[in-house]
Amino acid sequence: MADIPAYAVSRATRSSRIGMAIGLIVLIILATAPWWAGRADLRLLIEIFYYLALAQLWNLLAGYTGLVSVGQQAFVGLGGYTLFALAAFGGVNPLAAIALAGVVAAIFALPTAFLVFRLRGAYFAIGTWVVAEVYRLGFAQVSALGGGSGMSLPADVVRSIADGRQAREWLVYWVALIIVLAAMAIVYALLRSRQGLALTAIRDSEPASESLGVNTYRTKLVIYIAVAFATGLVGALIFLQKLRISPDAAFSVNDWTAFVIFIVVIGGIGRIEGPIIGVIVFFVLRELFVDFGAWYLMLLGAVAVVIMLLAPRGLWGLLTDRWDIQLFPVRRALVVKETKDSG
Amino acid sequence: MTAAKTILSMDMVSKSYGALKVTDALSLTLGEGEALGVIGPNGAGKSTMFNLIAGGVAPDEGKVFFDGKDITGMPPFERCKAGIGRSYQIPHPFEGMTVFENLLVGARFGGDLSEAQAYDRCVAVLDQTGLLPKANVRAGSLTLLERKRLEMARALSTNPRVLLLDEIAGGLTEQECHSLVETIQQIHASGTSIIWIEHIVHALVAVVSRLIVINFGAKIEEGEPKAVMESAAVREIYMGIEVDDAAA
Ligand SMILES: Nc1ncnc2c1ncn2[C@@H]1O[C@H](COP(=O)(O)OP(=O)(O)OP(=O)(O)O)[C@@H](O)[C@H]1O
Ligand SMILES: [Mg+2]
Repeated sequence: MADIPAYAVSRATRSSRIGMAIGLIVLIILATAPWWAGRADLRLLIEIFYYLALAQLWNLLAGYTGLVSVGQQAFVGLGGYTLFALAAFGGVNPLAAIALAGVVAAIFALPTAFLVFRLRGAYFAIGTWVVAEVYRLGFAQVSALGGGSGMSLPADVVRSIADGRQAREWLVYWVALIIVLAAMAIVYALLRSRQGLALTAIRDSEPASESLGVNTYRTKLVIYIAVAFATGLVGALIFLQKLRISPDAAFSVNDWTAFVIFIVVIGGIGRIEGPIIGVIVFFVLRELFVDFGAWYLMLLGAVAVVIMLLAPRGLWGLLTDRWDIQLFPVRRALVVKETKDSG
Repeated sequence: MTAAKTILSMDMVSKSYGALKVTDALSLTLGEGEALGVIGPNGAGKSTMFNLIAGGVAPDEGKVFFDGKDITGMPPFERCKAGIGRSYQIPHPFEGMTVFENLLVGARFGGDLSEAQAYDRCVAVLDQTGLLPKANVRAGSLTLLERKRLEMARALSTNPRVLLLDEIAGGLTEQECHSLVETIQQIHASGTSIIWIEHIVHALVAVVSRLIVINFGAKIEEGEPKAVMESAAVREIYMGIEVDDAAA
């Protein structure tokens, strides 16, 4: 078209620049944690990292493409078991096995997708759960992997990770940090890209996305497989740290889905900042309620209900209702420099 | 009318929801560059006709052709890429995205433009449709009238060869309606073919050169707007009341 107003498109905002600066400082502090934090602190941080990674991934899946899976533990478990099988019987270096665990999870995700993508809404959710249960029961039958009681990572494999316990724990810590950073960076880059427009559009209206030229089926399928890959990777990391795996732990709907959904929903679903807020709240609550035993889960549930009632779009939604902030600038703001003289 | 090439046609298309026949052996053709108006009472099946053309609903029988090709089995996103741009009667904005970003989705995907080309296209469409001042507003905070305007703008961002407009003039002041008509005339003048469903007949006839009337899913009248409006069939449907009043 001939005569359009002069404009520029800006992507960063002041709050996002401040956010990036704070993020960088936090990153330096975290990267040096082995030198200033104790063993227990490192373990806790690793746990926070993998929950943050799982939450970012589930948020991408459920918050953007609308695929509300309650069966992501399928890929956590597949990842964990792949690592154990490859390291214990395949002689594969455990760190290399982490990447392969992602590949195996993605391969299993493909037929799983063809099955569960036929289902809609609540049926999809239940379908994903059923599939995860099938995997759990399946692995309990494999006696080479310890059957229902599971297995430990053999001592020589553990020794092959690094020289000595401390070196191993530090290494696992840094791998966990790298994985969570990579997960965040990839989700962020994705949301800023052309595909990010499609994902955000699908989040807000699937029929309208389709009418505007977005191949919603393929977009969802690609995200489902990619999220399974990364979830498998995180699963491998989780059990590399634990050094023990069993079907109940590996395919736990409580640990790998319920807590993750809690984190995303209270933080703010469909926003990249949501899981970060959610994971902080989750771990603060957990440390506070640590003495309450079984009551802890009920308290967690009560907190979730209260937050969902008061802030349906999560705590991050509550903040952005009041202030126009974004830590991760995924938007495109149009700055019109001059309006043309219309004749 | 000159014998223009047909760009879009429906051939004996039927669609039922349960026992309710919403589209009944409907055939129509749209010439390249033509502007066609559609009227009919509430629930007649007008919006369903758009869904059948744009692909949101699959027909039970019959075929839809676009640019000489059978597109009956084509998914909606491919029809959009092929050149069919549609607006929804009940707006479906991407609420969490800004108005500008709403258009970008259409330009990047339906229009298949690069990021830089898409920016140009969207700014031009925002300017043309009067939405430029709202560019950075979250679509979720727009009023109903603005949302309807966004529907049209978003469809235009895909650079459609055929634009489907579903009741976008309702609720406008006379002034606003006049400027909307001008905008649609401009779009038409730039070569885009248009099908426009509208109850506000004086706005409609200012743009279209041909009118069809749909009742109970079937086409009951077709032709030059003035003749159609004066036909016995239309008079019977609207029982003597002016169509403009019926829309209120
Ligand atoms: N998905 C659906 N399921 C069942 N019935 C439907 C569905 N979509 C539309 N209908 C029915 O089909 C009929 C035609 O609907 P449609 O929206 O096409 O009418 P319309 O001519 O656009 O009406 P209006 O002027 O009110 O917009 C209505 O009776 C409507 O209730
Ligand atoms: Mg309608």
